[in-house]
Amino acid sequence: MLTFRPETEAQLVEAVQAAIAERRRLEILGLGSKRAIGRPVQADAVLDLSGLKGILAYDPAELVLTARAGTPLSEIEAAMGEARQHFAFEPFRPAALLGSADQTLGGLVAAGLAGPRRIQAGSVRDHVLGFSGVSGRGEAFKAGGKVVKNVTGFDLSKLMAGSWGTLAALSEITLKALPRPETEQTLAVSGLSEAEGGAFLAAAMGSAADVTGAAMAGGQALVRLEGIAPSVAYRAGLIRALTGGEVTVHDAAASAATWAAIRDGAAFADRPGVVWRVSCAPSAGPGLVAALRGEMPVEAVYDWQAGLVWLRLDAPHAELLRTHLARAGGGHATLIRADAPTRRATPCFQPQDPALAALTQRVRAAFDPLGLFNPGRMD
Amino acid sequence: MTLLPVPDLIAPMQRAQIVADLRALVPGEGVVDDARSMRVFESDGLTAYAQMPLVVVLPETVDQVSAVLAYCHRNGVKVVPRGSGTSLSGGALPLGDAVLLVMSRFNRILEVDHANRVVVAQPGVTNLGITQAVQDQGFYYAPDPSSQIACSIGGNVAENSGGVHCLKYGLTANNVLGVELVLIDGTVLRLGGKHLEAGGLDLLGVVTGSEGLLGVVTEVTVRILRKPATARAVMWGFPTSESAGDCVARIIGAGIIPGGMEIMDRPAIHAAEAFVQVGYPLDVEALLIVELDGPEVEVNELLDRCRAIAGHAGAVSERVSTSEAERMAIWAGRKAAFPAVGRISPDYYCMDGTIPRKALSRVLSGIRDLSDKHGLRVANVFHAGDGNLHPLILYDANQPGQLDAAEAFGADILRLCVAVGGVLTGEHGVGIEKRDLMPEMFEKVDLDQQVRLKCAFDEEHLLNPGKVYPQLCRCAELGRMHVHHGQLPFAHLPRF
Repeated sequence: MLTFRPETEAQLVEAVQAAIAERRRLEILGLGSKRAIGRPVQADAVLDLSGLKGILAYDPAELVLTARAGTPLSEIEAAMGEARQHFAFEPFRPAALLGSADQTLGGLVAAGLAGPRRIQAGSVRDHVLGFSGVSGRGEAFKAGGKVVKNVTGFDLSKLMAGSWGTLAALSEITLKALPRPETEQTLAVSGLSEAEGGAFLAAAMGSAADVTGAAMAGGQALVRLEGIAPSVAYRAGLIRALTGGEVTVHDAAASAATWAAIRDGAAFADRPGVVWRVSCAPSAGPGLVAALRGEMPVEAVYDWQAGLVWLRLDAPHAELLRTHLARAGGGHATLIRADAPTRRATPCFQPQDPALAALTQRVRAAFDPLGLFNPGRMD
Repeated sequence: MTLLPVPDLIAPMQRAQIVADLRALVPGEGVVDDARSMRVFESDGLTAYAQMPLVVVLPETVDQVSAVLAYCHRNGVKVVPRGSGTSLSGGALPLGDAVLLVMSRFNRILEVDHANRVVVAQPGVTNLGITQAVQDQGFYYAPDPSSQIACSIGGNVAENSGGVHCLKYGLTANNVLGVELVLIDGTVLRLGGKHLEAGGLDLLGVVTGSEGLLGVVTEVTVRILRKPATARAVMWGFPTSESAGDCVARIIGAGIIPGGMEIMDRPAIHAAEAFVQVGYPLDVEALLIVELDGPEVEVNELLDRCRAIAGHAGAVSERVSTSEAERMAIWAGRKAAFPAVGRISPDYYCMDGTIPRKALSRVLSGIRDLSDKHGLRVANVFHAGDGNLHPLILYDANQPGQLDAAEAFGADILRLCVAVGGVLTGEHGVGIEKRDLMPEMFEKVDLDQQVRLKCAFDEEHLLNPGKVYPQLCRCAELGRMHVHHGQLPFAHLPRF
């Protein structure tokens, strides 16, 4: 397939203008790590942004990093690591489930998938401060700023996070970089049912322990504490006081591995079937899974105090899943891993009610009136 | 002064018809049209601007909001939404040809959900009202704008309000999980909810901070946090603002994100001390207040680290709180900075730019030069952690020309903020006040793209017109595209 591979913003503008003139629909790609999420795109050409790379500005004391959209995350994390900083939203890595090693900053923002610390630090959208990009009109534009606090004009940066490349081709993005905790520790509690585990996690999240990870996996409820060592030790005592169950402690290295696996849905890496990522009210998670178990074989890993459920099913069962989700109080289910024919036949993103769907279409047309970018991806 | 939009001429007969129609939609006391009763609504927190609305409507139910908006949409009547009217940028300033839609009767907390740590509230509930609903259980709502006793949570959503703790705990946008939103055509939508992420495009994210231009919020779901076990404050005097700014950079560089970090300059220190007498040092150029919160063991350890850093950064005085009373005393001057400045000047005008922190001394010296140029005094308070600068320009509205001079001074300060890589507003919003400065920060193509988003929500520009964007082109014009079919003018483009 024809591929545009711009290396400057000016070339990116030209590529989009060429696509407009030639009526070519574009699949926007970084490193392609999340290409197999969502509906397969119906495109006539590829817009490869991986040549648009490099960190443009990074001042750790300002907590702000600006890089071109095609910059690999590994390069950015290496730079932030030297300053003992990171992206606090703990970006999802597609390696375990989808097999790709690295991803670009643009891809990370476009997917908007945050990890376990989302419950305490917010999601990708909470850390994007500004961007430059090219609209489906072939116009380079910018929004937001390069400082951590800004309410000037509509916050289009949030709209880009999780838009899966359907609004604009991003060229440059500014994000908040935050200090990395000095140490971490995880308390694993065994012997709880999933309902009991959910109640324990709710108590932990409501305590003064400042929990940064609250999950259930492999028959254990897991609570992560981060910060300076004496504080972590003190807060571990608060968590222990909340449970009569048997508690084991994961030290910093083991804790990091535990949460990387939860972040990436790694429990299902070598298991067949499809994988869903379901967002619901935390208190509804265990009940939703129990209801689904009455209908089909289900494996579940809970993150975000059970407000994020990773589900492994033998087949999508999209309608059944979403019916039960609606009964559990609502939320949304996204198909994260399935083969292309399955994804073609399944609504991979949560269907919206007609009024919201109509507004969404108008918003999309405001950026990309010809439907040039990643057509069909979020449908 | 920013020019207000010229009201469309609405004939008295036509106004009477609109009032009668609205009375049919919102019965009882919900429609106010006599001049005396409408007078209280003629301004918001930006009191230099005042204008009487066409009519005031105070709906009580979502159905009424929907019906009023649908009516206005059908009949081409403009609408200005208003919460408590505390906006500092004129976001809720009435327009002579627009219905003022006041949400103050939506004043109930609908649900406190401890298992999910959320509160569901109607938009007219005050910011502090949310904390008061949960504080007996040890919880609070984090964003704390200084108007929190009065400002409404719906207004907070419209303005994406901040406060002194937002570097650590975020702005409103980072603490709102869901809203019920009524569009100008009366459509009622739900965005997000108790789950942490809304599906689809992040419309919740862009509605938050949209200054009443995209829709009217009729319900808000916010997350609440456990109140930190301990908080301690420390204040240091510095011989220069540069060394105070350097201290902040070193604290953050050491990986510490305090709950609050505030810098005051010499005029602000003197005004505050004269007002509250809490023992601020008067012989320093800058005062840095840092508050650390969390478990006691953590607060004490980080406080020790910060004290060592401040020593290296050249602090010449130090006071550490050892009791809650002392912590409150350290904050008293900062929290009273605005009224304190109000004591030494008949009027003051509060600006709200954000700058990269490293530009602080350059900006402060630039502000001193501008102070000479415009012949007006200025005091500066600074949310130092996130670079949000609040210069308070002192003037006397009764002296001819001083308001104009204050506004010109303020505009120059904001141009300076943009020139050093900052932005026009960190937390107060653009409103009417900074509308005409938007082209300082954005090119036309950037503004056009933002207005196209507006068109997706409100094609006729009926919601809060004249605010935020200098001029709204017709949506049809903005949507037009010139596509040259069948040409290949891009022969030199890299293709593979």
